[in-house]
Amino acid sequence: MNMTFIIDALVTVIGITTPILLAASGELVVEKSGVINLGVEGMMLVGAIAGFAVTFETGNPWLGVLIAMLAGASASLIFGFLVLSLGANQVATGLALTIFGVGLSSLIGSNYVGIAIDSLDSPFPDDMAHDAFWRIVFGHSPFVYFAIFLVLAIGYFLNKTRAGLVLRAVGENDFSAHSIGYSVIGIRYAAIAFGGAMAGLAGADFSMVISPLWAEQMTAGRGWIALALVVFAGWRAGPLLAGAYFFGVLMALELYAKASGFAIFPSQFWAAMPYLIAVIVLAIISSRDGKGGTAPACLGKPFIPNG
Amino acid sequence: MSKFTRRDFMVSAAAASAIPLMGASANAAEPLKVAFIYIGPVGDYGWTWAHDKGRKELEAALGGAVKTSYVENVKEDASAIPVLRDLARQGNKLIFATSFGYMDQVLEVAKEFPDVRFEHCTGFKRAANVTTYNSRFHEGRAVTGTIAGKVSKSGVIGYLGSFKIPEVVMGVNAFTLAAQAVNPKIQTKLVMIDSWFDPAKETAATETLANLGCDVVATHTDSPAPLQFCQKKGIFGFGQGADMSKFAPKAQLTAIQDIWGPHYIARAKAMIAGTWKSEDFWDGIKEGAVQFAPYNASVTADAQAAANKVIEGYKAGTYDVFTGPIYDQGGTLKVKAGEKLGLGDLATIDWFVKGVQSA
Repeated sequence: MNMTFIIDALVTVIGITTPILLAASGELVVEKSGVINLGVEGMMLVGAIAGFAVTFETGNPWLGVLIAMLAGASASLIFGFLVLSLGANQVATGLALTIFGVGLSSLIGSNYVGIAIDSLDSPFPDDMAHDAFWRIVFGHSPFVYFAIFLVLAIGYFLNKTRAGLVLRAVGENDFSAHSIGYSVIGIRYAAIAFGGAMAGLAGADFSMVISPLWAEQMTAGRGWIALALVVFAGWRAGPLLAGAYFFGVLMALELYAKASGFAIFPSQFWAAMPYLIAVIVLAIISSRDGKGGTAPACLGKPFIPNG
Repeated sequence: MSKFTRRDFMVSAAAASAIPLMGASANAAEPLKVAFIYIGPVGDYGWTWAHDKGRKELEAALGGAVKTSYVENVKEDASAIPVLRDLARQGNKLIFATSFGYMDQVLEVAKEFPDVRFEHCTGFKRAANVTTYNSRFHEGRAVTGTIAGKVSKSGVIGYLGSFKIPEVVMGVNAFTLAAQAVNPKIQTKLVMIDSWFDPAKETAATETLANLGCDVVATHTDSPAPLQFCQKKGIFGFGQGADMSKFAPKAQLTAIQDIWGPHYIARAKAMIAGTWKSEDFWDGIKEGAVQFAPYNASVTADAQAAANKVIEGYKAGTYDVFTGPIYDQGGTLKVKAGEKLGLGDLATIDWFVKGVQSA
């Protein structure tokens, strides 16, 4: 167990954590505004195919990233229209968005099966990441740096800026925010579009970096983990960052234990672990009502002015 | 998520039913309806993709005499039962269930529909209207293991598996034994990821194995993601189910290609001719059910010769990787010198050979 080994392991952890962190950060903002969007998995898949297809067709990965974000945001705005303008049930609409995203991405993606693109690698010159230690600093895809910046920026935005406080006010007490003149619907639209863009970006991380190919449902349920993570973190940015890396470390630990032949736990236990943790976390959250770190008060409730 | 599978089924069934209506001759016999259930998406470019290729070959070969449909992403739990039941009620007379975990569900539904014929891929339980079919993939694994043994410089080979089921276990064993036959020092590090299809986890597991010193990583999951990682890292691997050289031309030494079309065509023909009966098919290299993609430049002449010898040996029936003496992980002699593990033993095998490191 030397230094290089630990660094290599950390690189694995960072790689698998990043898309979850991106999607969860976006969803955090959405939920803070009082809307729950269960369509993260679907938006991720739409972003994944959009990013892949555009990169393949144009050869420009940055354009791919941009279109992936726009695609995720567009998908989220369908959800936004239904739940905000028409007052549809958010849980049902979010689930429908996931199903829609799975289907749409499969349909578009059917022409892109069996094709590979170059992965979007570290923006730094290779020799900067030559040494094992510097690899941990400079050896990642742009997504990794952006994800960490994003979650810190969101933490700052929600807690230290006026706009962030307004967003939270909309999520905690929509009628009060409305009565003092804030556009609840407009702010929620913006939050939903932002969440969609980040989910699309997370999808692009799958199809452009982690495995630069398109395969149907390639996100394999990570969108649901991102949703769970927001709850796990008690709707706060700091714990979100820690929680995402905690999930990543657990997964890497599982793989390293298995590959090294350490039968710490039987395989079935590893498979059950995320669910076990989810149960424990939900138990903790439900026991800390009123002590902070609880759901925004208006989460999931439609806002109908004068209603 | 049976919602997806139902939707996918409706779409594919609708598409399949629309075509024969156009310009069908009035006195044509009712086409044989054939259905498939798949564990993954048809776009996985691996296991399910290969089965769907077989389905398309069946349609191409028999034309208007058959009408096929499929349901993808069917889970290996109780949710497979209503899917199978629906397909039987839709008038499908021949239903292929293409993953190990559908075994008991197929038998249960087969009891309810005695006039529908079921074929279960990779299982070992049969009934009057249930056939099992499989490919001797372990022969392919013996070939890739031989190449891995020759190509690996570190002597440590990674193996990325899905679940500890006989199909995977026998592959790990065949691969390791063949590698040891050309390099007795070979160790296989095994990781089971508890999934058939999860590109991100497959990549992370391959990265883990590479970090632990493996310079060749074989896979028994369904996506090309591990090979892409091998390409990036400068190590080697094998295509699984299909030729994946497009994804990783330098990393893919060769690929085990699953060829299902001939079986599907033969069985549909047997249904039409009325000669279908419950059997146990287990085809391999000799029958053309297991084929290989071209070797890439990193397979040395020496490695090619060794691999070809194994292929020729299987074709001639003179070679079997499961010839004793074979020891298990604990060093217990499981197969005596000169004896062989039969297909019956392999169908239920649950132990790893010496040199496999697993948790």
